[in-house]
Amino acid sequence: MLELKNISFNVADEGREKEIIRDLSLTIPDGRLMVVTGPNGGGKSTLARLIAGIERPSSGTILMNGEDITNEGITERARRGISFAFQQPVRFKGIQVLDLIRLAAGKPLSLAEACKYLSSVGLCARDYIQREVNASLSGGELKRIEIATVLARGSSLSVFDEPEAGIDLWSFQNLIEVFQGMRAHIRDSAILIISHQERILNIADEIIVIKDGRLTRQGAREEVLPELIGTAEAVSGCVVSQEVI
Amino acid sequence: MAELDSIQKRLLAEIADLHTVPEGAYNIRSNSASAGRRSTANIEISSKEDVSGLDIRIRPGTKNESVHIPVVLTESGLTECVYNDFFIGEDADVVIVAGCGIDNCGNQDSEHDGIHRFYVGRNAHVRYVEKHYGSGEGRGKRILNPVTEVYMEEGSSAEMEMVQIKGVDDTNRMTTAELAAGATLVVRERLMTHGSQRAVSGYVISLNGGGASADVVSRSVAKDDSFQRFDAKIVGNAPCKGHTECDSIIMDRGRILAVPALEANDVDAALVHEAAIGKIAGDQLIKLMTLGLTEHEAEEQIINGFLK
Repeated sequence: MLELKNISFNVADEGREKEIIRDLSLTIPDGRLMVVTGPNGGGKSTLARLIAGIERPSSGTILMNGEDITNEGITERARRGISFAFQQPVRFKGIQVLDLIRLAAGKPLSLAEACKYLSSVGLCARDYIQREVNASLSGGELKRIEIATVLARGSSLSVFDEPEAGIDLWSFQNLIEVFQGMRAHIRDSAILIISHQERILNIADEIIVIKDGRLTRQGAREEVLPELIGTAEAVSGCVVSQEVI
Repeated sequence: MAELDSIQKRLLAEIADLHTVPEGAYNIRSNSASAGRRSTANIEISSKEDVSGLDIRIRPGTKNESVHIPVVLTESGLTECVYNDFFIGEDADVVIVAGCGIDNCGNQDSEHDGIHRFYVGRNAHVRYVEKHYGSGEGRGKRILNPVTEVYMEEGSSAEMEMVQIKGVDDTNRMTTAELAAGATLVVRERLMTHGSQRAVSGYVISLNGGGASADVVSRSVAKDDSFQRFDAKIVGNAPCKGHTECDSIIMDRGRILAVPALEANDVDAALVHEAAIGKIAGDQLIKLMTLGLTEHEAEEQIINGFLK
């Protein structure tokens, strides 16, 4: 369980302090799939980065299973079981998909075991496992590999920052199935997805709306989703395909 | 083969992946003396008479054979200059593994200057692997100055992999190649310097015949206070294709100077140079840290991958 208590996050903007997150409190209990939506620039991605330890809050505390982790860095939080899938996956020269999955697993992994994670995100493992995680891979391929690294970690809290961004329609359907699969085996862990896609909101146990850095709505999907349908917080229809793999 | 001590064996493993006597032809040079040699029916290794070094003659048509000629230096203060000439017959297809390891525990400089000349016959193919490695706690420097000259006849091809990852204090490397029509040269260089090391790597590749092509890619990492200079020149004297690339990571107070040069003397010469120098991208470190690695471990993984 992760608890955010009265979190604020400010940045300097042209010499003035700008509040990105304002006094935000949120509890992410185990066994839940939560989706955070809200307008662009509202602070959703910042929230995800604060949870992963990439950013530190200006004030407030973050507790994991009751322990204060506010001052812990990215590595310590990762070792506590927090995973983070980037909105824009990172490319590496020379590092192979297999290397990345093994690093994510944090233990020696056979080729067959590593391939299993790739297959579960819809990639033909044999074609990808030895590929370099570099610019030769498309945005959609990188995104799926990014999600495979989170699966390989077996985390207690998996945070996905706009997993649908940059992927095509076919991959999107596959992505929903991946999240449904994760949800089915959630047990003592939790999933937090940043997204405004209606189809992702549709698989949430709970929906959270963040606007102007504040938590404006939180509740069960059945209650919150009907209010959002047709607004920018729950985009339906085709994904805007930035890149087709 | 003469007995080698444990340090010499360790150096051999580092530079040539050799744990026992290699298959095929070989000559192992240890502290300026031959520690073992074998010629085969198709590959003849003989000592030069005028200067220190070897003539390695590979018969035309020799296929799938290898030559190992590693050099190890473990005596402090030893300076040697060695000339090795490779004559690769027409249509041959061989692998040549060279390399030099220096372990210097003393306070005097140890230096190995190897001049390798390759005469690659028509339609022959050679794969050349050269690794350099230094170790030892002494104050004496470990110095390697390799000169590689490649003369390629029509239709021949050469792949050269040159690796220097650790422990060489000072290196001045010069590679020249002259390619006849239809010849192909591929060079992959991997270089890492640390401490106050200095490495200079220069290339002059002349594409003299129609359809000749060369691709030279250097990946390097400069750590601590080290300095690297990469001079790559491709000269196109005929309709040809040439590409050089210098891709480098700098860390700490490391410095890298990349000096690309292209000279086109034929209107159909297509020459390209790319160079990029920069520190490790912050998002690469963050990504690996979110997998549970420390910043230092993340750096190591990124560099290992980059130099793989």
